Amino acid sequence: MIKYTFTKFTKWNVLKKLIVQEIDDLIIGSIWIVAFMSFLVGGVVAIQTALNIESPFLPGNLIGFATRQSVILEFAPTLISIIMAGKVGSFITSSIGTMRVTEQIDALEVMGVNSFNYLIFPKIISLMLYPFLITLAMFLGILGGYVASVYAGFSTSFDFIQGIQLDFKVFHVIYAYIKTTLFAFILATIPSYHGFFMKGGALEVGKASNISFVWTSIVIIIINFVVTQLLLA
Amino acid sequence: MIKVEEISKSFDGIEILKEISTVFDKGKTNLIIGQSGSGKTVLMKCLLGLLEVDRGNIYFDNEKFDKENISAVANLRKEVGTVFQGSALFDSMTVLENIIFPMKMFSNTTDEEMLIRAQEVINRVDLKDADNKYPSEISGGMKKRVAIARAIVLNPKYLFCDEPNSGLDPKTAIIIDKLIQEITIEYNITTVINTHDMNSVMEIGDKIIFLVQGEKVWEGNNKQILKTNNKLVNDFVYSSELLRKVGKLGG
Repeated sequence: MIKYTFTKFTKWNVLKKLIVQEIDDLIIGSIWIVAFMSFLVGGVVAIQTALNIESPFLPGNLIGFATRQSVILEFAPTLISIIMAGKVGSFITSSIGTMRVTEQIDALEVMGVNSFNYLIFPKIISLMLYPFLITLAMFLGILGGYVASVYAGFSTSFDFIQGIQLDFKVFHVIYAYIKTTLFAFILATIPSYHGFFMKGGALEVGKASNISFVWTSIVIIIINFVVTQLLLA
Repeated sequence: MIKVEEISKSFDGIEILKEISTVFDKGKTNLIIGQSGSGKTVLMKCLLGLLEVDRGNIYFDNEKFDKENISAVANLRKEVGTVFQGSALFDSMTVLENIIFPMKMFSNTTDEEMLIRAQEVINRVDLKDADNKYPSEISGGMKKRVAIARAIVLNPKYLFCDEPNSGLDPKTAIIIDKLIQEITIEYNITTVINTHDMNSVMEIGDKIIFLVQGEKVWEGNNKQILKTNNKLVNDFVYSSELLRKVGKLGG
């Protein structure tokens, strides 16, 4: 499937419109859910950290530090990707699956259109903007942590900001973006595969979306483990 | 003209098409008929190249269809128009965008020329006030008209229709059948229609092949089909009470 996706390209003026459409559906359409979840989960991470480290011997900046590490290393790239496997992945599988069931993919094929390139390539390209969403998730996650810990009285503004800056390693951000790029590719391809090769009717479209979510999540978790072992261990 | 030479196709060891040979004539509406499960759709998918045959050959105007010859297949695809059973219109596009789509993909004409050509075929299939509507907003009959318009917009040499009047009321079904027949004569194309509708058979069956369990058991036209002594054909043709009575009255 990947091989055919990158061969016999659709005309550029058609392809660019498809890419813009996919960016709108997959990236722009996900901003609000990512922003909402990141802000609140960042807040929860900060509160949980604060509640579990109530000791006078621990420095006040620990909440900010722990929130930053949790959000940048795991929450933003991995957890958001699993949420996106549900949102974006299901959308991709069901839209391609519906096209399969209603013979729209057959129609493309008999016209001589490379349906793999026409349908999957724009999704892969648009999801290359996925790191933008994760950057937003990182920012809002830490902001959520700041708001929760400062306004709930768990930390001072000074301590929290000092914690965010404490022992900052640029490589941790690079590691997060490497993971994010791999996850973006997985988010585009596994759901496309399940949509493309599904058989049956409307019920099977639902089942394919379900299976696609499960497999996308599993692969994300496995890749996360492997990349973490390779880059951080 | 499309020539089919002893083609066979199996799925999981079960033979669905058994050495079918026939010729689909140019300028005629060629019908493939048979009960559900007789192999009509598989035969059409083989003709369209959506399924690969196990054995046998298919010739489009004496040129052998060879899936390995990618450029020949690509050229052939541009000469084929297809109307699918469920119309297969692209949900995300308006009626006009659906019709323009093949031109956008394969021709180098300007937007203005595309619009002129689209309007021509829209008028030809008698599609009114639907240009900016989405497929979900139009009726089944209109969808078929859009599908026909999309199929003929590039002036194809071959037109394939898979059950073009399924899901339509009898009156609309006849209108769609007649439209396909008129277009076939007007454009002088080879039209192959998959159907199990006896109205279509009687109305537009210039040439008919009858399949039973993947085997071609009879070949003729809509006049001969009423007079044949083939028991299998008669069982199929006279399966409805109405046609039995018409048959008894001597057609």
